Amino acid sequence: MGKVAIIGVGQSRFVRSYPGAIRELVFEGFKEAVTDAGITSKDIGASVVCSAPEYDKQRSPAGVFAEYLGLNPQPTFYVESLCSSSSMGLRLAYSLVKSGLHDVIAVLGFQKMSEISSSESQERMGRGADIQWESPFGTMMPAYYAMHAQAHMDRYGTTLDDLALIRVKAATYGQINDRAVYRKPVTADMFTDPDHIMSKPVSSPLRVGDCCANADGSSCIIVASEEKARAFCKKPVWILGLGAASASVNLAGRDLFTGLAAAKQAADQAYQMAGVTPADIDVAEVHDCFTIAEMMAYENLGFAEPGQGPELIRNKETYKEGRIPVNVDGGLLSKGHPIGATGGSQIRTIVLQLRDEAGDIQVKDPRIALVHNIGGVGLYGNVTILGRE
Amino acid sequence: MGKKKEIDDRFKKFGTVSFTSTTKVNDFIDHLESDQVMGSRCKSCNQKYFPPRADCHACFSSDMEWFEITGTGKLITYSKLAFAPVGFQDDVPYSIAVLDYGEFKVFGRIAAEMADEEVKIGIPMKTIVNRLPNNQMNFVFQKV
Ligand SMILES: [Zn+2]
Repeated sequence: MGKVAIIGVGQSRFVRSYPGAIRELVFEGFKEAVTDAGITSKDIGASVVCSAPEYDKQRSPAGVFAEYLGLNPQPTFYVESLCSSSSMGLRLAYSLVKSGLHDVIAVLGFQKMSEISSSESQERMGRGADIQWESPFGTMMPAYYAMHAQAHMDRYGTTLDDLALIRVKAATYGQINDRAVYRKPVTADMFTDPDHIMSKPVSSPLRVGDCCANADGSSCIIVASEEKARAFCKKPVWILGLGAASASVNLAGRDLFTGLAAAKQAADQAYQMAGVTPADIDVAEVHDCFTIAEMMAYENLGFAEPGQGPELIRNKETYKEGRIPVNVDGGLLSKGHPIGATGGSQIRTIVLQLRDEAGDIQVKDPRIALVHNIGGVGLYGNVTILGRE
Repeated sequence: MGKKKEIDDRFKKFGTVSFTSTTKVNDFIDHLESDQVMGSRCKSCNQKYFPPRADCHACFSSDMEWFEITGTGKLITYSKLAFAPVGFQDDVPYSIAVLDYGEFKVFGRIAAEMADEEVKIGIPMKTIVNRLPNNQMNFVFQKV
């Protein structure tokens, strides 16, 4: 069996509230990806729809999208792993192609979170935790990540200023990303100004500025066999390594609180499959749903030793010109986080980087790149390593 | 009128809002009512579980017995929420936390009366039963 490539990428603009139906939202990412790949719906053998179903009013959206996108009568189905759904979709697409069952797959990620209110949405996100034993205490995603921040600060002396620096970096690039929800500048001063919205507590020690926003959006990744990739595409990007792991949903079942074990395990698998090390990664997209999440990603991916993540951001090593550029598209903190679409958006950024088509945020001559996409609070970890010819 | 079927939905009493009503470990609620926070132990392989479970994934036995969470655990992390999900707004602010008892860990809330400055990672705390409005119950961590 040959290699597996990504031959087309697309995403909608990420917005607070999409003024259309979910099929129309999904069309936006799909149209950009098929146009990018230079193919039509008829060239696609199957579609995988990635999303978190608790936001959907439509039961089984895959069937609706297949009709709207001209993907009948090809098979279509739904895959869910919370916020890492579209990375899991990519993993499935890889295996469908590698097995020879299909040669071109569309991985469609989407979420229209604005269908429900923000507090309802927080509550549903919280139900990605253990609803029997944790949710009755009144849990929310920010609180879980906050507990990791608290542990990291206690163990390593990481400061609130360090976390603010991650948001400042995100905003540096978010301002120039026209697909992002949050495009205003952010400075470290805002976090120390008690009157500024960025400094307001959400769940200690995390503040408003440490958290990404809900969003509506779609993404699409076209995955193809080596033969089809060479036929359709001038600059295929190859899937070199895939890692995926899970961890106990209830925090009581975990041993690590200063990092995410599932992320580390997924990273180890992906590095091994790709035959590369952290030092080989030229640019990365990590799952910065909260500032602390990016800090832990630095360490779980091996860009820094445990406890050394703060040094990386203090020294601006993860800026575009730094040793290991991370989230130079603004990350989830700027783009917003439409659950099922997020992984596909991260993959799109990396594919554009590897094709040298990333415009203002292009890093210099990247050859190997990485995507880190987390479902829940480290409940699911997905790491994907991509490379160019 | 048909005969109404008895449903053992005791677990709906757990927490401010319970999202689960039926479970094989419903007796957990009866133990809370008698002021005991209980985990479960596999009678076949002795594995201890908290939260309690009906089935052992180590040896696949479903023959479990209850054991009481006694003594102290070490606070390993916590967070104080300034916002709450739907149904929990009246509780704000409150703190959630994890205690490490060595053989198992416990996820729960820190007792409301405990001052913020007393809450520090590493301190020993105990797990006690807590009664909530509307006849609901949970457990909280208290300083020792
Ligand atoms: Zn057992």
